[in-house]
Amino acid sequence: MTGDIWVIGGGVIGSLFAAHLSRVAEVTLLCRRPEHAAAVAEHGLRVSGRADFVGRPRASVDPAGLAETGLVIVATKANDVEAAAARLEGRLGDATVMTVQNGLGAEEVVRRYGSWPQLSAVTFMSGTKLADDHVEYVLDTPTWVAPYEDAPFATAAETASLIVEAGLKAEAMPDLEPARWSKLIFNATVNSVAALTGLPHDHHFAELDRPSDLGHLVRGLMDEGKRIASAAGVSLREDPWEMNVLATQRGSRHYPSMLEDVEAQRPTEVDFITGALVREAERRGVEAPLLAAVYGLIKGREASYL
Amino acid sequence: MRVAIVGCGAVGSLFAANLAQLDEVEVWAFDLDREHVAAINEQGLRLSGAGELVGEVRATTDAAELPPSDFGIVATKCMHTAAAIEATAPAFADGAVCSVQNGVGNEEVLAEYAERVIRGTTFPAGRVLGPGHVQWDVKGDTTIGPFEPSPAPMAEVERLAAVCTRGGMPTQAVADARGPQWRKLIFNAATNPIGALTGLTHGRVCDDPGLRRLVSQLVDEGRAVAAAQGIELDADPEELIDHAARPDVAYDHKASMLQDAEAHRQTEVDYLNGGISRVGREQGIPTPLNDAITALIKGLEASWAQT
Repeated sequence: MTGDIWVIGGGVIGSLFAAHLSRVAEVTLLCRRPEHAAAVAEHGLRVSGRADFVGRPRASVDPAGLAETGLVIVATKANDVEAAAARLEGRLGDATVMTVQNGLGAEEVVRRYGSWPQLSAVTFMSGTKLADDHVEYVLDTPTWVAPYEDAPFATAAETASLIVEAGLKAEAMPDLEPARWSKLIFNATVNSVAALTGLPHDHHFAELDRPSDLGHLVRGLMDEGKRIASAAGVSLREDPWEMNVLATQRGSRHYPSMLEDVEAQRPTEVDFITGALVREAERRGVEAPLLAAVYGLIKGREASYL
Repeated sequence: MRVAIVGCGAVGSLFAANLAQLDEVEVWAFDLDREHVAAINEQGLRLSGAGELVGEVRATTDAAELPPSDFGIVATKCMHTAAAIEATAPAFADGAVCSVQNGVGNEEVLAEYAERVIRGTTFPAGRVLGPGHVQWDVKGDTTIGPFEPSPAPMAEVERLAAVCTRGGMPTQAVADARGPQWRKLIFNAATNPIGALTGLTHGRVCDDPGLRRLVSQLVDEGRAVAAAQGIELDADPEELIDHAARPDVAYDHKASMLQDAEAHRQTEVDYLNGGISRVGREQGIPTPLNDAITALIKGLEASWAQT
């Protein structure tokens, strides 16, 4: 992998990647809005929180120059991946494309626009966008990188090293799917049930004593997720139900983000979490009535306030 | 004839005030709301809306004051059935007790305390406006029949139906009253909790294809459990659901369970979706979506206890 890096999408994740990587490589941040690109070009891209520096990526709304790049990081929201991939079509030379979306299927969307080597990544780092040219780095949790289809593992390893060199956490693995699906099934279930009941992730989620106890529903949702994973040919890295039991035994009473979103009457990420599993079930002909039910209920809940 | 209404909320009040229009019926009402009881005793029980009338009803918060009665009409919320009938049972030692409540399982509870039990389902609806005053929102029919394990004789069921009808609450006596009861149960279980969980009115639930599909799946589970018991529904719940979604019927109606959820009041889910699930388990019919809905509503109730 040679040449410079393009980051598509200047949200939290894109900004964190662009600012950090600009310290170890030539980086261009491809923005949607000209004023966004202008702000970064003029002031640089400031990172605060877990790190404190001003990154100096180039910023542009013009994809010209992509032909020279070695690595493209698609860091848009999941529903903007299609438009981003369309902008890459026919423009890349010898580049690798890495997707970092949380749901499922971004890799396949990108694949439809070119035969580049691709990397699958999931990132658990988080932050807050304070301005077009300022991002706060909040959680320094890692990004997992793996080859997609027949891309060489060496490319994933090299990319992970570069990210680490830039000051972020990353780990290369031969296959991302086992970890990604464990987390997705866990998140889809816990977030959905919390958003609908108003309960934080607490002991109710593991209770199985009475037939109406919530643990039965949680386990039923996770079992559907496991059947979908199995139909997708994925063996899970961790059992989501065991993750659930462990987390509730620790007494964390964590407030899942979807519960916070519903309480603040904001749009939730349900389309990319629970919805991703429901779409995958439909695509693979797997029955997932419970996931479909909670997905529909949260969409309805959003409709009541949006 | 003496009739005692047990639980004089909206539905109980509709029966009480209407029956009190008849000279030959002495109406009593047992309710725990002191202000409501005092207002009824001072000014009578007033209905507004679908009918404007005042009934002379003798109300009490003390079950021991109820005189021996020919009929009891039980109209409490389901979760209060056991306490209400335990307190009032002596008044019905020589009478029959009829449930006009929501859900399934009420008659079974009544039969633990009363010898002759009548299964009932009622469609009129209203809401309490204030002490002694109830808004009558919807007129409708009531169907009653002997409760099979502890039946009141058919002649007694017919006597109650006749007096309710004469009083202004059209009531039909039938040999098997399970059809209307399960039709209403399935309707309520398929729509009420969806409103409560989403915050949407009945019409908006039906406009959303995903939610409307969920409603149908819940209906199908309920139908399967009814069929396993040999119950023939007296109308198609799907048609009733679509009818209610019409702008001129109940498009903007907030399900009672949504009203309960907004007020953080305990819901009747144990007797609606939970009732379908329980009978389903007894009959060996899987009800995964009713189980799921019950668990979500119980979880919602648990979240109120935490705040």
